[in-house]
Amino acid sequence: MTAAAQSSPSGCPSGLAPSSTSLAGDLSAFVVEKRGLKTLTLSVRGAKCGGCLSKIENKLNALSGIQNARMNLSNGKLAVAWTGPLSADTIASTVSDLGYGVSAFSEDGSAKAAKSEERGLLISLGVAAFALANIMLLSVSVWGGHGEMGAQTRTALHGISGLIALPVLLFSGRHFFQSAFAALRHGHANMDVPISLALILAFGVSVWETITGGEHAYFDASVMLLSFLLIGRFLDARLRRQTQAAAHELAALQNRSLNRLTADGDAEAIRADQVQKGDRILLAAGERAIVDLKITQGMSGVDESLVSGESLPRTIGRGETIYAGSLNLDHPLTGEALGPASDSLLSQITDMLEAGEQKRARYRQIADKAVSLYVPFVHTTAALAFVVWLLMGASIHQATLIAVSTLIITCPCALALAAPVAQVVASGTLFKKGIFLRSGDALERFAEIDHLVLDKTGTLTLGTPQLVSEHGPELDLAAQLARASRHPLSRAIVAQAGPGPVAEYILEQPGLGVEGWIDGQRYRLGSAEWVGAEQVSAQTGPSLWFAGPDDEPILFRFEDQLHADAGATLTALKQSGLGVEILSGDRPDAVSKIADTLQIETWHAQVSPTGKAERLEALNASGKKVLMVGDGLNDAGALALAHASLAPGGAMDVSQSASDAVYSGGLAAIRTVLSVSTRTKRVMLQNFGLAAAYNCIAVPIAVTGHVTPLIAAIAMSASSLIVTLNALRIKGEHS
Amino acid sequence: MTIIIYLIPVALGLGLLGLGAFLWSVTSDQYDDLDGAAHRILIDDDVPLPTHTDASE
Repeated sequence: MTAAAQSSPSGCPSGLAPSSTSLAGDLSAFVVEKRGLKTLTLSVRGAKCGGCLSKIENKLNALSGIQNARMNLSNGKLAVAWTGPLSADTIASTVSDLGYGVSAFSEDGSAKAAKSEERGLLISLGVAAFALANIMLLSVSVWGGHGEMGAQTRTALHGISGLIALPVLLFSGRHFFQSAFAALRHGHANMDVPISLALILAFGVSVWETITGGEHAYFDASVMLLSFLLIGRFLDARLRRQTQAAAHELAALQNRSLNRLTADGDAEAIRADQVQKGDRILLAAGERAIVDLKITQGMSGVDESLVSGESLPRTIGRGETIYAGSLNLDHPLTGEALGPASDSLLSQITDMLEAGEQKRARYRQIADKAVSLYVPFVHTTAALAFVVWLLMGASIHQATLIAVSTLIITCPCALALAAPVAQVVASGTLFKKGIFLRSGDALERFAEIDHLVLDKTGTLTLGTPQLVSEHGPELDLAAQLARASRHPLSRAIVAQAGPGPVAEYILEQPGLGVEGWIDGQRYRLGSAEWVGAEQVSAQTGPSLWFAGPDDEPILFRFEDQLHADAGATLTALKQSGLGVEILSGDRPDAVSKIADTLQIETWHAQVSPTGKAERLEALNASGKKVLMVGDGLNDAGALALAHASLAPGGAMDVSQSASDAVYSGGLAAIRTVLSVSTRTKRVMLQNFGLAAAYNCIAVPIAVTGHVTPLIAAIAMSASSLIVTLNALRIKGEHS
Repeated sequence: MTIIIYLIPVALGLGLLGLGAFLWSVTSDQYDDLDGAAHRILIDDDVPLPTHTDASE
């Protein structure tokens, strides 16, 4: 940390995201070079506002050799192009020094396909909207001139409409035709089958009417149908791609690189997927392990809070194993890889996630249920109308016209819009409150929750120890030593003391403490026996001793404190009838203390990652719909198994990937998520109700043969508008 | 009514012009970063004169 870092606040200046400085190791393996121009795409975490944009871009553009640096705020991707000797790591550390998390990003095939699908839908929608506007222009003159317009003019206008509609139906309608054809070939029907049928029949009947000089052509109705359906399809694809992008952060984590030591002792940067079993890996201070390592050389404090949930660092030396996800705090470590990255604990947990996601994919959304009821209903009604009118002596032409108009008017515009619009509005509302939704159907699952399971460290508590004892000037002296250390307790002292000078000749002893010289005197900060203090019995929580040359040693006490809003949030959630329990990997005394403060009766301590997953399976088996909230690697399996899950913004990337939503700020977000999703589910049900009510009115009109193109146009757009406006209410209501 | 022989092609032409502009904006990545575009307009592209700088730098 330098003076420059102190003059501008670290991380997002708007405070929307916590600052982080996690560096991804050597990134040179990800640089693409073409004719002297080097390009690199970085995934930046924590950039949320315009201030972040200008801060990052200005700082990078000031580096020599940079041709272009452009940050995409929507997806957090930073594209940098440069020439000359500048290294990728200088670029990455420039960004991370500003307070943002950085990792290399390489786009995979599925993300590209999703993007081109979304773009294809948007273009189709634009083309359909163009056709709709122009055909409506002609249709309005036909309706307006009813009775006065000559038959020839009318037929000419119908003909022009048909000429506009044909290429547009073929181009924009291909999304539905292809999907319907694929479904029919496999012998089953999806929602696209009645849609395609209605589009084709409406167009066919209109062409027939135009040729025979008839009064009614349904070109406008078929293109309008297409436009509305494409809006729903586009919103759906967009939400899906946004949620998928969040899932790719997991891949970005695997994209890190590490330092391998060659036989003659040189360090070389390799990508994580190149690691072999038995490779000698150098883990620098401040670096996070990517593979499981057996330490062969060195001794250092290791922060395993994301792996085990244990809030205090553990000292690790020769012969011990550290797991992927652990952070090396103070000294370089050399270790032997226990296997490739795909064999690490991290990847095993990723496999657990996939199993959970498959289970979740079987969840049936309300929309799917509605469609399965709807499709047979429409087809039966149209077929019955055709047969009954024939039996009543109508001509085949008349009966066909009535059957087709039934199909058009009952086509599921409102149904196709009901769910996507509600989900898009809800995810936008949550986004504004700092909650990022990762899957659209999660809203429905959140709304069904009846049991809450919470992790302790980093979820209920802040995850970092806070200084709780009172101190005078000795705090400033201790801080001079603490500023040189990355140990969480040292960080807590610095957080309390603020910026200031650093002691000289600092020496850090892993597991013991820090020693340094201030004004020619030697001071020590660390464990009791190392500092030379009498061990005080009956002390609780982590502590540090500080001693100068002549004074008595002073005790600093720390506590991992609760989030300020934890008590109020949990009381409110319990009052709303939710069961609450704590599931933690930390020591029993630490957990019971928190449980007592929050008045939670059910708690489990020292639970292993598999133990957490087993507990979740037991709860699932007992029929409970569990909401799991957790941040650590040890929670990832449980997060994936839960009916719905949430992770705080400071969580391990894997845990964020395993959950349905990521929140920033305090625990109050849980209540926001639950209330917004309950509201969303209600609005979605209302929308389906409205769509059903619309059909109750429209079907009798259609089967009795009273639907003219004008009525079809008004009815269809009215139902779509009502459903959309109803969904917008999610944004307006605030609990 | 012969006027519509001219007016309909004119209306269609204007519509196609708009469609062309839309297609161009989609294919040239104009919709890729909607959040960023909203913020970029607020970023100053000039810096204060050196004589006026205070302790902030």
